[in-house]
Amino acid sequence: MDELINKLKKEVITQLNLEDISLDDINPDAPLFGEGLGLDSIDALELIVLLEKNYGIKIEDPKDGKKIFHSIRTMAEYITAHQTKG
Amino acid sequence: MQYGAGVPENLTMDKLITSFVYIGEGKVFVNKRLIFYQEKIVTFAEFIKALYKQEQVSYPKFYKMDSLSKLGFMTSELLLRNEIQGRYQADSLAIVLANSSSSLDTDINYQESIRDRSAYFPSPSVFVYTLANIVIGEICIRHGFKGENTFLISEKFNSGQLLDFVSEILDNRRAEACICGWVEILGNQFKAMMALVENDNTILPLNPDFRPLPFSLTAITDLMNVN
Repeated sequence: MDELINKLKKEVITQLNLEDISLDDINPDAPLFGEGLGLDSIDALELIVLLEKNYGIKIEDPKDGKKIFHSIRTMAEYITAHQTKG
Repeated sequence: MQYGAGVPENLTMDKLITSFVYIGEGKVFVNKRLIFYQEKIVTFAEFIKALYKQEQVSYPKFYKMDSLSKLGFMTSELLLRNEIQGRYQADSLAIVLANSSSSLDTDINYQESIRDRSAYFPSPSVFVYTLANIVIGEICIRHGFKGENTFLISEKFNSGQLLDFVSEILDNRRAEACICGWVEILGNQFKAMMALVENDNTILPLNPDFRPLPFSLTAITDLMNVN
């Protein structure tokens, strides 16, 4: 899980152009939205694309997004349970 | 239509250019003073990041912008720094910008991302910049401006067109001041000029190093050739 969390951190930094953010700046349990990284609605869409592009996971129900993208750890848990590639 | 033809120079003398920024050929001028120079530009991305770092701007969203917005954002940062804080209400400052390539630079990037049907992952964050006037939105968000704004597309820089649009806004008191200029980028070819135009009765002596210029066809044309 720790390996996946670190990989995800790198992917999120790249995908969302978080240039001033390092891996250590991201607490895997901190909320991604509203505080912490301060992501916005476009970032949420980019995270959906990231899951599909890198892990072959399509989020069918947008309502699931709130739980899946709560933190890096919740993303990693969802990927572990649903991954089809990568 | 011949822009600027109906505006005699003497009718625009009540409006003054109180500050301006020029970015082109690796040089950045603020009120005729060279503040940044990169002799050999490898890419626009490297150039604008180096300028951002040198000027110690702290605005993480900068990194998420497309090239046109980065260019416009940095030009406006330098233009407005120490110049306009608290001088105008949010809705009393207008913005009129123009260029020739619209958002083509980003349009091409976006098209590249959707060309391969077997790896079809359109990027939402690239797509949102496929309109030229988003650069104005970024400037407005940064400073909280809510005034009138327009983005014009013309093949070449048209000083008369800019003069007409800005004069119309200020003469009719739809704004007290206006940021106007040119923000053009396609690939690694780029040029930007922005001027702050104010009615002379509102000007405060905040900038002793720069003598305001009359807002005229000649002045606007000259600002595009500062280098």
